[in-house]
Amino acid sequence: MLAAIGADSVDDLFAQIPEPLRLGRPLALPDGMSEAEVYERLAALAARNEDAGSQVCFVGAGMYDHYVPAIVDAITQRSEFLTPYTPYQPEISQGGLQVMFEFQTAMSELTGLPVSNAGLYEGPSSVASAGYLAMAATKRKRFVVSRGLHPHSRETLATYAVGYGAELAEVELRDGETDGAALATAVDGETAAVFLQSPNFLGAVEQVEALGAAAKEHGALLVVACDPMTLGVLKPPGECGADIALGEGQPLGNRLDFGGPSFGFFCASEEQIRRMPGRIAGETDDVDGRRGFVLALQTREQHIRREKATHNICTAQALNALGAMVHLAWLGREGFRELGELLVRRTAYARERLAAVEGVTLLHEAPVAREFAIRLDAPVERVLERCAERGIAAGYPLGRDYPEYEDGLLVAITERRTRAQIDQLAEALEAAVHAELGEFVAHSATNSPTVEPA
Amino acid sequence: MALTETPMQAERARTIYEKSKPGRRAAVLPEAEVPETPLAELIPTDLLRAEPPRLPEIAEPEIVRHYNKLSRRNFDLDSGFYPLGSCTMKHNPRLNERVAALPGHARLHPAQDPKRAQGALELMWLLQESLGEICGLPHVSLQPSAGSHGELAGLLLTRAFHADRGEERTKVLAPDTSHGTNPASVTMAGYEVVKVATNERGGVEMDDLRAKIDADPDQVACLMLTNPNTLGLFDENIAEIAELIHKAGGTLYYDGANLNAVMGHSRPGDMGFDIVHVNLHKSFSQPHGGGGPGAGPIAVSERIEPFLPRPQVVRRDNNGHGPSFDLDHERPKSIGRLRGFQGNFGVFVRSYAYILSLGGDGLAEASETAVLNANYLKARLAEGRAGERLPVAFERHCMHEFVLSGKPMKRELGLATLDLAKRLLDFGFHPPTVYFPLLVEEALMIEPTETETKESLDGFAEAIEAILAEAESDPERAKQAPYTTPVRRLDEVKATRRPVVRQSIS
Repeated sequence: MLAAIGADSVDDLFAQIPEPLRLGRPLALPDGMSEAEVYERLAALAARNEDAGSQVCFVGAGMYDHYVPAIVDAITQRSEFLTPYTPYQPEISQGGLQVMFEFQTAMSELTGLPVSNAGLYEGPSSVASAGYLAMAATKRKRFVVSRGLHPHSRETLATYAVGYGAELAEVELRDGETDGAALATAVDGETAAVFLQSPNFLGAVEQVEALGAAAKEHGALLVVACDPMTLGVLKPPGECGADIALGEGQPLGNRLDFGGPSFGFFCASEEQIRRMPGRIAGETDDVDGRRGFVLALQTREQHIRREKATHNICTAQALNALGAMVHLAWLGREGFRELGELLVRRTAYARERLAAVEGVTLLHEAPVAREFAIRLDAPVERVLERCAERGIAAGYPLGRDYPEYEDGLLVAITERRTRAQIDQLAEALEAAVHAELGEFVAHSATNSPTVEPA
Repeated sequence: MALTETPMQAERARTIYEKSKPGRRAAVLPEAEVPETPLAELIPTDLLRAEPPRLPEIAEPEIVRHYNKLSRRNFDLDSGFYPLGSCTMKHNPRLNERVAALPGHARLHPAQDPKRAQGALELMWLLQESLGEICGLPHVSLQPSAGSHGELAGLLLTRAFHADRGEERTKVLAPDTSHGTNPASVTMAGYEVVKVATNERGGVEMDDLRAKIDADPDQVACLMLTNPNTLGLFDENIAEIAELIHKAGGTLYYDGANLNAVMGHSRPGDMGFDIVHVNLHKSFSQPHGGGGPGAGPIAVSERIEPFLPRPQVVRRDNNGHGPSFDLDHERPKSIGRLRGFQGNFGVFVRSYAYILSLGGDGLAEASETAVLNANYLKARLAEGRAGERLPVAFERHCMHEFVLSGKPMKRELGLATLDLAKRLLDFGFHPPTVYFPLLVEEALMIEPTETETKESLDGFAEAIEAILAEAESDPERAKQAPYTTPVRRLDEVKATRRPVVRQSIS
């Protein structure tokens, strides 16, 4: 090969790198390993994690331990889906493009909005992308954000807003739901978008339609983040006045993976189609009149519009979206509704069961679908530790993100959480709270002997 | 041209919705095990949906057949040569899939208490350290989800860096040949793009760079570059470029799209770059998945470190009690979060497995082979008809990729680069990147990667030769190509003018 090139050595080919810029030493990384050794090394690391198989997992907060059917792995691991690039040559990418088209149809059906893109990175960055769209659509630079929106979404939107030159105003929650009066006051003629989430971070199903009226009145876009797994039973955002419905797609056909990769979905009303971020597959014909699919509306995109593009995203998380599509096809219309109902009923059972535990109260009474918030009479982190010792990940401590709910715990239900496991959780919480209070009383008694118990 | 349809062409595309029949299904769900309370007693009816979404109704065997059939309508890297310039289509080892699927990785909840996710955090820390060494920059955030996300991160870091010094700069310099995401990211980060001219070698035109800086040095926030540049050539002026930008007070950003050329040979940090994004789906073997997922970690210099996204994976030394790993949220100067949780961990597992497999020497050797392959293919395509009709844009040894110009082919044979690309499909090859970079007329950008054997490179060169020979007597043949693909040339204009973006369901 060198003879054909006309070089004496491979080093000659690197001679174009000026001498001072050459590394001149080996990289300080370990030597290469055999496949078996790499496997063992990574298996040893994996064994040091407590996953949803080794613990009973009631943690949600945006990502959920659903059962991913075997058919999803079988299809997403096929070379033909796993190893191609983005479908720039549509003639040899019809499989992937048709999957995008089918996926867009499914997300459009779920959210009740006519237009879906082929997927974005994940949930919170999709929220930030909606802000960019809203600014372009309204020529305004102010976002009104419910505190029920996922804390990571609010933080991500705030990070991006520095670049956008936009400002954020947060609206408090009241009894678990977005405070409608406070929202109406916060929205004004400068507001580009109102951001809600339903079910919100505390699990409450929001009155989206009523809350959205303030956005409509002032010409702001209504952006609703939602959990796709609840859309078999909950009224879709598109029927509640949302201009944009989006969210984290992980519950559909994607494993937890310590947070990614998953996908974000992004659906909008017809008016917004030319401002959408990301890839969109569209239907067309070939020269012989055969039906085919291509990347549509590419004139929005970076490689054509450069600095005037509607967004910088060129990743559709195509493989993750395929997983979602296969999962949805496997569930089917009836199965998807049944699963939604199953979640609502088991969640209702769990909520009632936990509320009956001494030392546990409900944080709010608003309707919930698959996740709910409780308050504990004992320090949450210590209760979690005690439950973990019994093999239960009891939930997500709300104090991590909400100083006002330092005593709050968010509990999530999936179809994998059986009634028996919910009962175990109740027993574990009861024992943990009891033990903590006992210790607290004992501690107080030794250290403050002069204080009389109330 | 009368042609027989292939069986795949004869089969009209039907979506899964068109195969749906009421009452069919695949899933069997667990029993509720709890009281079957009517839903309306649990959630007010005005918040419930009247009808379930119209998802397909179809049995499992038919779902499998549908998607297996669709898969056959894709070309993929596992089936053939994919010399897509700037995309680094290297082999995706199956070991990586296996280790990513271990339950300790795949079923680990992202909000797990760090104490109970030590293996995952250690893996992330080890990957950070490895990428830092490869890039020559000590601090790494794995959070960005893709290259363009890394770009946005880098620009927001630049903004925070200047703001911390009490400055607000407005301009970001980028070559006119840069990848389209660069200017798009610049706009999203609230900056104005200033284009810098490119010389005939694809490098930065130094006089123009000086002029653009001198016009308003206090407004220069950043220069975004890739090196090797877009013609696959190493910009030998890089040290001087870095000095000019740093003197003006700006940051230097490295688009890591072309890192596969220089691993273990030259490091962006040593070239003077402050911020680098690495595409784990390019140089570090994460499968492209037909358009994602990937990951775009960033490595940065000391002066940028305080601003890195939150949370950051850290190692704590615990006074000699053995190290532990944690997520550090207490970063007062941080730009904040770029996404949910910690990043695309599944991608990190695959890329770390790849780095472990190759080791330091192996990575350097991968770059050597990538560069050798590119130069060999360039030499093969300098022979015969290709050499005449498709001259290389710049005659010099290239790094990992090179650019040809189809200008003579178009002039002499009437064949556009697009026609050549489409005819290659009939020969079983994925075409190179076409019409990029714009500075080369009728450009073909070819990146073979270290994956390919001499035989596959020869096969590609022979296919190009055959197409050019055919075009001498029958140029129409290529102009109407492809013939053998599941569909033939598609009407892309129609899909944009009157977009149909979902299946209508009756």
